[in-house]
Parts: sequence; structure tokens; C-alpha cells
Amino acid sequence: MSDQPLLRVRGLTKHFPVRQGLRATGLVQAVDGLDFDVRPGETLGLVGESGCGKTTTGRMLVRLLEPTAGSIEFAGRDITHAGRRELRPLRQDLQIIFQDPYASLNPRHTVGRIVAMPLQVNGIKPPGGIKARVQELLELVGLNPEHYNRYPHEFSGGQRQRIGIARALALRPKLIVADEPVSALDVSIQAQVVNLLRDLQRDLGLAFVFIAHDLAVVRHFCQRVAVMYLGRIVEIGDRADIYERPQHPYTRALLSAIPDVTRLGPGGRIRLTGDVPTPLDPPSGCRFRTRCWKAQDICATQEPALVPRDGGNQATACHFPEAVGASPEAEGAPGGDAAGAIVEEVSP
Amino acid sequence: MDSSDPAPSGEPDDRPTVPGQRSDQGAYLRVTDLRVRFDTEDGVVRAVDGVSFAVERGRTLGIVGESGSGKSVTSLAILGLHDAKRTTITGEISVGGRQVVGLGDEEVRRLRGRDMAMIFQDPLSALHPYYTVGRQIAEAYRVHHPEVSRREARQRAVDMLDRVGIPQPVRRFDQYPHEFSGGMRQRAMIAMALVNDPALLIADEPTTALDVTVQAQILDLLADLQAEFHSAIILITHDLGVVGQVADEVLVMYGGRAVERGSVEQVLRSPQHPYTWGLLSSVPSLHGDADADLLPIRGNPPSLINLPSGCAFHPRCRYAERPGGRARTEVPELRPAGAAGEAGTNGHLVACHLTAEERTTLYAEDIASVGVAR
Ligand SMILES: Nc1ncnc2c1ncn2[C@@H]1O[C@H](COP(=O)(O)OP(=O)(O)OP(=O)(O)O)[C@@H](O)[C@H]1O
Ligand SMILES: Nc1ncnc2c1ncn2[C@@H]1O[C@H](COP(=O)(O)OP(=O)(O)O)[C@@H](O)[C@H]1O
Ligand code: SF4
Ligand code: SF4
Ligand SMILES: [Mg+2]
Ligand SMILES: [Mg+2]
Repeated sequence: MSDQPLLRVRGLTKHFPVRQGLRATGLVQAVDGLDFDVRPGETLGLVGESGCGKTTTGRMLVRLLEPTAGSIEFAGRDITHAGRRELRPLRQDLQIIFQDPYASLNPRHTVGRIVAMPLQVNGIKPPGGIKARVQELLELVGLNPEHYNRYPHEFSGGQRQRIGIARALALRPKLIVADEPVSALDVSIQAQVVNLLRDLQRDLGLAFVFIAHDLAVVRHFCQRVAVMYLGRIVEIGDRADIYERPQHPYTRALLSAIPDVTRLGPGGRIRLTGDVPTPLDPPSGCRFRTRCWKAQDICATQEPALVPRDGGNQATACHFPEAVGASPEAEGAPGGDAAGAIVEEVSP
Repeated sequence: MDSSDPAPSGEPDDRPTVPGQRSDQGAYLRVTDLRVRFDTEDGVVRAVDGVSFAVERGRTLGIVGESGSGKSVTSLAILGLHDAKRTTITGEISVGGRQVVGLGDEEVRRLRGRDMAMIFQDPLSALHPYYTVGRQIAEAYRVHHPEVSRREARQRAVDMLDRVGIPQPVRRFDQYPHEFSGGMRQRAMIAMALVNDPALLIADEPTTALDVTVQAQILDLLADLQAEFHSAIILITHDLGVVGQVADEVLVMYGGRAVERGSVEQVLRSPQHPYTWGLLSSVPSLHGDADADLLPIRGNPPSLINLPSGCAFHPRCRYAERPGGRARTEVPELRPAGAAGEAGTNGHLVACHLTAEERTTLYAEDIASVGVAR
């Protein structure tokens, strides 16, 4: 793994104007100043609640959306505003897999045609011919190469997701942005696809930006994890940092909310109350403060920066991060209601 | 822990009743040999094929299985919501002592909402977009309480909104469903389902569309309301973590059939059916070795029009060859899981041709070793 990042994102921002008639009445601050790197062959998980800006980020990375501000460098080149033509040589290296295995495949095209499409569009002629390459790809993702002439509706959800993966692999990319690639699948099928992605990642040395709301899936796939809240990264770190030593209160709450099949009963949990505030008018200072049980006056006035802790790989945007070593379950988050703080600890 | 031993229903009743032990005598809901068939252009869909279970008041039954295993069809049958013209239902469904199968539309409607209610995955399908949330809850109350005034019904609706944790219930009463967030809509639907204090609540994937933080709130709410109203709850989900958190008993369905049933400890801690093993070993966990491969179930769920012969799970089962070819020819019955005469598996049932000894060995060697039931 080289230390030169494959993907370098700085201050990445997307604001959507909200219009009533012709008048712009506000701005949805969907993504607001993201900084992160992805090195070659590295898997970065992007997690957070619905609406926190994961998909918007992913779509900016592959240039399906125009950033409002910030920069995206890919393999040393600035692609922030790259047009189709400038992007062409890089297109091959940068692919996306979508969440919905149904909507993302053209129902009137055969599987062969769907997987061959990126090769044709980019004028690539594989040595053994397109068909041979496509069949090789189908085999790689665990589909029967003889099903080349079948249509998407003849496949199950998990198989359709494999077709989407084969298509993304056709150009031998260096980085794949996968937006919730397994969320729509049954757990049994989800495990098949996660294992497949892991094998491909290892065998082909692919880098991934893996978008998911399921932290347990991310734990099985990603080496690094970025936790998003309301358009910002609140914590980023190596897998072990995030899962074993979370320092941001939101990361802790998120982890603690996951029902774990290895633990029966309600268990001790941090309960966040209320909903995520609207990105049209995010809270001042720390965006998490309206749901944070540790919030103090400074949290409303001063935005906490995403700063590395202890000189390591882990960075946390919080004025009062957790002490290193405090386990998520051990240290209580008492239900003080002082600053509209709204958390309750349910005891086992 | 005998409090977690559900007595099976629909089994030959030859076991002596142990004093102090639960029996389904007291069950509020009793489903016996339920079969639901749809006649479609492609053929007959046997969506539910001989399923039995019972739920007492104050207890929660979790029903799990992959999509298409018949979970929702089962719950719609209990609520009498299937279209009688296209559906054939046999077996018995007893709700508070009354038979639902064969009951007239009007009578089922009277039971529904008052004695039993349902919450769905998608609250928008249950809430009408053109009426305010409060009005819909108040109407649901008045349908079963024609004697109350509008003002009383309104007060009742506001109380319910408050009870399910919706802030500013008086103001929220007059808002429309689209003005609520996903989590609040789910709360509103729960308020509507519970407005008549039903003894039986069926929740079909109530949290699947929600974020984990909101899911945790809704599951807590259901548990609180159950403690307060002492209702029997059926929670349908494909998330075994959710089942582990809230269920007392678990029913595992595959291809329209029950393949395993028991207390939550029995089914999640000492699962007996190879399909249950597959579900458990597929789940990514927050603990244990993150680098270990997950152990998925190979293949795909079967078509209910053309179910595999014998044990419907056999095309995907790693042990199908073991029970001497019977897997293909003979449907395994749902039987007590333990070896004959063995104590400690009370009420734990499994439908598999493997012997209890084989299951114990295979589970220990193949499944537990990769770090599932820790
Ligand atoms: N085209 C658009 N116009 C206006 N607002 C938008 C648009 N696209 C997204 N948004 C808003 O931007 C925010 C981030 O959306 P995004 O789809 O990136 O969330 P997400 O993290 O992917 O959520 P989910 O987990 O639900 O997929 C949301 O508030 C969303 O409503
Ligand atoms: N009204 C219907 N007509 C025909 N088939 C149906 C109908 N409702 C459900 N089915 C079929 O019955 C099977 C079980 O469905 P369901 O109970 O919804 O599964 P799940 O376990 O995912 O809730 C599926 O194969 C489904 O397609
Ligand atoms: S900065 Fe303040 S409000 Fe934000 S997470 Fe940290 S303690 Fe909570
Ligand atoms: S009966 Fe045979 S095929 Fe069916 S689950 Fe048991 S071992 Fe597998
Ligand atoms: Mg998204
Ligand atoms: Mg269903």
C-alpha cells in the first residue's frame, strides 16, 4: 500500500438550493466540508443515519453530481470539475455500484449486454473478444457464464447485485464507490455478496468507498471508517479505533443502538431521542449538540474541528471526546436534561 | 427457566401438563395448522403450509425468515385481511377464544382494531395522506366506541400521540402524515394501532425502514406499551438481532413452513435447524473476528409455487446427503428437538431429519467454531 492517496478529498461540499416557484428560499446543506483520503487498495466505510449525505458524497466522487465547493483529486489529478472528455481516461479507474439491484439494470438488455456496455462505451477491445471477457467477469462474481443471454428479471436480488458488480469490474477500476450495495438484500444473500466483495477487493487490490448505514456490515468489509452526521464527518479512524475506541458521542450512540444477535435482551444502551435536525437549518456550533448528552455552552457557539487524537489515525470532531480506553458500555451517559440533552441510559 | 418454555400448540397433546408450567391454554392467539393458498396465473402459491403457534398476553413472538417465506401472509390471515375470492385459508386461528377463519367480513372487522391491530413496515400505507394524523387516530377510536363524543375522541388521540412520545401532541394532531419524519410516522401508526387497547398487536417489519437509532426508540416504545397494556405481540422481522432484543419466543419460517420454534434462548443460543444456523452465521456481528468470512446460505429462497420435494431446504442444505436420501422424499415433521427423553429442550421444536446427536455435533464443528453463538 503506497502512502500516496489514490483519492484525496478536501472541503467537499454540496448545497442544494430549495426553490419555491422561481425564488430560492433556502439551501440544503447536504454535504459540508469533508476531508478524507483513500489509499490504493484501501476500503473506507462511510456510515451515518439516513439523510446525512452519504449518497450525495458518493455521487460527487464519481462526478455524477457537481460539488458546490472543495476539491477531489484522483490519482494525483484534480477531477473536481472535470468534464466528460477530461474524465474519460479516468472513467475506467473509477466506478460506482448502486444500492438498488432492480432499478440500476436496464430490464430490456441482456446480462451480456449490460456487462459489456462499459467496454463498448470506452472503445475497449479485450484480447479474447468482448464476449469472452464478459463471461470471465460473470464467472468472477459467481454467476453462470452461460446465462449471458438472460434478462435481469430472470435473476434474484442477490444475483442482480452481482451483475452490477461485474459491470463495475469490467474496466478493471482502481476505486469503486459502492452505495449501500447489500442493504436491499436478505441477510443470507447479503453475506454472499459481502464475501464476494471481500474476495475481489483482496484479489484485485481494489480500493473502495463503501457507503452503508449498517455498521456491522462495514466492520466486516472496511479497514477505515468515517462516521457522518448532518453533512459532516464527526469521526474517522481505523476499524479498531471506531469499533473499540469510539471517541465521538455520536459514534458511541450509533454503535450502541445496533441490536446484536450475540446479546439477548434489551441490554444497556445509549438512547438518542428525537430526530436528526433538518439540513436546511443545521444547529450552530456542533451539529450533534441537540441530541448530545455532553453538550456545553461552547458546543453551541464553536464548531469542533476534526482533529487527530494522540497523533494517531483517528480524528474526532468534538469538544469533549471520550477518554481513550472508555468502553462504550462501561461509561454511562446519564439522562441529564440540562441543555435539552436527551439521552437516557437503559439499564439491563 | 420454565417461564421461557412455551408449550407447543398443534402438537399431539400427549405430554403431561407440569404444574406451574406455561401451557397454551392461556394463549390469547392460537394458530393451528394454518394453510394459505393463492390461485395465480402461474399456479398455486402455497404461501403458508401448516403452521402452528400460540402467543399469550404480555409475551412477544418473533417470526423470522428470508423474504417470501410466508411471514406477512401469516399475519394478514390472522387479521382476516386476505381477499376471500383469491385465497384459500384452512386451519384454525383463535383470537381471544373466537375463530377467525370462516368468520364474516363484518365480524372480522369488529375484531380488527379493537381486539387485534397491526403496524406495517411502511406507515404511509396505513396513514391516509389527505387527513390529519390526529383525525385518523380519533376516527379509529370512534369506530369501536360509537358512544364517545368527538371531543373525547380527540382527547384520546392527543393522549395516544403523547403516550408514543410525539412532542407537542396538540399541535401535531392537526398535521398531515407528510409533515412527520419517518420515526414519528411510525409512532403515529403505533398510536393508531393501540388507540383501542387491542390485546394482540402484529408488527410486520416495523423498524426495517428506520435508522438504528430510531429503531431502538421504537423497540423500547413497544416494550413499554406491552408492559402497560399487557398485549400479546407478534414481531415479524428478518433481523435476528431485533428478535434477540425483544422476543420471548421465536418461530423460524422457510418456504411457508415452520422449521424451528422455541424460546429466544433456545433458538438463538442453541439453534437446531441448519437453516437457522445459516441465518445466524450470515449475520455480521459487532464482536468476534472481523476478518473472518461470513458463512452465507448458498443459493436462493425457493419458489412457493414449486417447492422442492421433501425438506424444502434441501437444495441449500450442507447436510442434505446425511439423512440417507430422505431429505428429498420426506417432509420432516416439527418435533421436539432433544434426544428422546432428554430434559432441557422443553418446547423446542425442529423440522429436520438429522438426529439430535448429529445436530449437536455438526453445530459444534461447523457453525459454533466459526464464532456464531458466542
Ligand atoms: N437533489 C436534491 N435536492 C435537494 N436536496 C437533496 C437532493 N439530494 C439530496 N438532498 C438532501 O441532501 C441530504 C443528504 O442526502 P443523501 O441522499 O446524500 O443522504 P444519505 O446519507 O445517502 O441517506 P440514506 O441513508 O437515506 O440513503 C438529505 O437531506 C436529502 O434530502
Ligand atoms: N395475494 C397474493 N397472491 C399471490 N401470491 C402471494 C400473495 N401474497 C403473497 N404471495 C406470495 O406468498 C409468498 C409469501 O409472501 P409473504 O408472506 O409476503 O413473505 P414474507 O415472509 O416476506 O412476508 C411469496 O412468494 C409471495 O409472492
Ligand atoms: S462538541 Fe459538544 S455537542 Fe458536539 S458531540 Fe462533542 S460534546 Fe456533544
Ligand atoms: S432435513 Fe436434511 S436437508 Fe432438511 S434441513 Fe435437515 S439435514 Fe438439511
Ligand atoms: Mg443514500
Ligand atoms: Mg413481508
